[in-house]
Amino acid sequence: MSDGKLVGSYIVPVHPHTVLAADQNEGWGRLRDAFGEAAQRIKDSDADLLIIYSTTWPSIIGHQIIADPNPEWVMVDNDFHDLGSIPYSFNIDEDFAHAWNQANENRGLKSRTVAYHGFPIDVGSVVALKLLNPDNAIPAVIVSSNVYANRAETTVLAKACMDVVKATGRKAVAVTAMSLSNRMFTKPIDPKDDKIHSLKDDEWNRKILEFLGEGRLEDVGQLSRTIHQQIRVNKVVAFKPMWWLSGMNQNRNNLTGEVLAYEAIHGAGGAVVHLDPAASGAGDKEYDEDDVEYFSGERNVLDSQGEENEMVSEPASTNSTTSNGPALWEPTESKDSVNSNAAPKPVGAYPHARRVGDLLYLSGVGPRQPGTNSIPGGPIHDANGQPLDYDIKAQTHAVVQNITRILEEAGGSIDDVLDVTSFLVDMDRDFKGYNEVWAETLGKVGPTRTTLAIRALPTPIAVEMKVIAKAPDN
Amino acid sequence: MSKGEIVAGCLAPHPPHLVYAENPEQNEPTAEGGWEQLRWGYERLRESLADVDYDAIVLLSPHWQTYIGTHFLGLPSFKSLSVDPVFPNLFRYHYDLNIDVDLARQIHDRAADAGLAVKMMENPDFRVDYGTITTGHMFNPQWDKPLVVLSSNRSRDYYSVEVMQEMMMELGRVTREAILASGKKVVVLASNSLSHRHFTTESAIPEDMSKEHITSHAMHLWDMRMIEYFRTGQSQRILDEMPEFTEQAIAESDGGGLSWLLSTLDIPNYPGILHGYGTIIGTGNAIVEWPERNHQEASE
Repeated sequence: MSDGKLVGSYIVPVHPHTVLAADQNEGWGRLRDAFGEAAQRIKDSDADLLIIYSTTWPSIIGHQIIADPNPEWVMVDNDFHDLGSIPYSFNIDEDFAHAWNQANENRGLKSRTVAYHGFPIDVGSVVALKLLNPDNAIPAVIVSSNVYANRAETTVLAKACMDVVKATGRKAVAVTAMSLSNRMFTKPIDPKDDKIHSLKDDEWNRKILEFLGEGRLEDVGQLSRTIHQQIRVNKVVAFKPMWWLSGMNQNRNNLTGEVLAYEAIHGAGGAVVHLDPAASGAGDKEYDEDDVEYFSGERNVLDSQGEENEMVSEPASTNSTTSNGPALWEPTESKDSVNSNAAPKPVGAYPHARRVGDLLYLSGVGPRQPGTNSIPGGPIHDANGQPLDYDIKAQTHAVVQNITRILEEAGGSIDDVLDVTSFLVDMDRDFKGYNEVWAETLGKVGPTRTTLAIRALPTPIAVEMKVIAKAPDN
Repeated sequence: MSKGEIVAGCLAPHPPHLVYAENPEQNEPTAEGGWEQLRWGYERLRESLADVDYDAIVLLSPHWQTYIGTHFLGLPSFKSLSVDPVFPNLFRYHYDLNIDVDLARQIHDRAADAGLAVKMMENPDFRVDYGTITTGHMFNPQWDKPLVVLSSNRSRDYYSVEVMQEMMMELGRVTREAILASGKKVVVLASNSLSHRHFTTESAIPEDMSKEHITSHAMHLWDMRMIEYFRTGQSQRILDEMPEFTEQAIAESDGGGLSWLLSTLDIPNYPGILHGYGTIIGTGNAIVEWPERNHQEASE
């Protein structure tokens, strides 16, 4: 595995004033200077990829990723067209875009790449790339903000992105193009009169920036819904970028944050913030929303079967499966047992694993998620036993993830797996997808394998694996 | 100068799927058809107006979204390529349209006098939104009539449906006054869907009509309720129920187009003509004409 990583994160404002009118207002000028400082820091970090999540590019059918290697056009803002035009010609990493698109699909997301001449790159992305990457020296990738996406989907979007960053060995910088408070004055103003629209907006902005300055990104992410209610006009895209950025940063709260500038742009809150991945030495999570690995939400509503899914799973899809199966048990504690809070709870009196000599014997591992008991890819039937459509690949990925968690709890890794017995409830339907995921994951480790068809499993899942692994040295 | 006239007002939705399915020369991707009920609806609308003389089209599109008042295209012509940022796979359209700047300016000035925030858009690099292009193409594929294009002031986002409607009613009132004072014959178009909850997936072939239906029964009920009001001339009830409709049906009337249209038509109490209804990725779309030319007493 390559050692790609995030070398920095930035939050930048979206409106075109910093590009076109920085000299008309001192605050706009300070934001422009902060963009310059951020650009220099990015350059000094030896970053080789800029990843832009823009709130001014809404999408409906999943997320869209720019894959045109050289998009060129002239951007004019819908509101601030009188400030002028911004010609652009960007350097896009189309290979990364395609890989991210595939990684999204691997994690259950709907996604597509966009490479059409004349596609209108949104104002937030144009401003960010113009000022953070003025000479196009660093290739970039841009992703849309889906209007229907929830926290789970947006978090998984980030994780899919990081899958590719790590796999390709990139030194990436993540950028969210966004406003803090986004209420603008609804009439033209003299630039010299610009200020944050209200005291309430200003106070919230400063509180958000206080958190970010302390590196408490995940806390801001988990406050997103409240922030949206308090200081956000209900435009097309809600206050989602903190979910994405926190996901890119492993949902951490101990980053090293610095607010480079905070000013008003026609009443909205604009800030340039740098979040360095270096640990600040302080901070911990105040909240504990679920950590989501795969998206199993409403992504099949075009099918009549899917409609039933939607009715069953919404609005609390992550919890709906808790009653769809047997009761959960605490893992059994005994001599040499290995149990993990990061693995799903057993459905009987047994441990997650047991060490015997040089070997670890794992209890059957399914795809259920710890904490929520949700099933990536969806359950195979509802609480009434009615069959549902499900994604075997997402389920298989989740099984491998759970195996990894248990082995890491024991001090080992997925590379320690020696022998696997797999159980499928529908061999004809699922073997191909299961086998593909196997090849991408455990297949690279090289354990022996036996695959069996069985009638049912205790929970509404389609795949389970019984694992024997090498025990790590004590 | 003779008195101006609104010959018709129309609800004329803009999903790019309709242009894609028609495969006009300007559009790059090709389809096997699809959404025929709506495309035939547009055909009936065009036929209804085929023998009607008019000078200009006044159009409000919810996809030119402005937050600082209402803006008007303010140059004589715009020529460029429109690529839909949401459905770029379906809509890439070379447009070349003319603007009736005089009429746009007259509406702009009256709106300013009425206290509304307005601005003329005079940047030649500006790209016209795909809602305007789609409705413009479906209504008049020859593009042989000049347009007046109004942005969608998102006052609903800033305040409420009620405030949005109050502002749009005022904008409609001055639009009507400006048209009547201009001496021109005009068609007024509100480019918006009714219920507006999308599917979040797309079938492999976008025009696969076996996948197309309204997203939910509730959306269907709201759409039928509105259409029944259209068909029976109950415009005031539409306006009265606009807050509930907009919020419960997630309706695209949030952009103000429908309220503006009904106000421009002076809240017609004669029946609108339903030319077509259909769904597009789950959203409800009606093509409706209010033939004001046949109800002149309503405009006196």
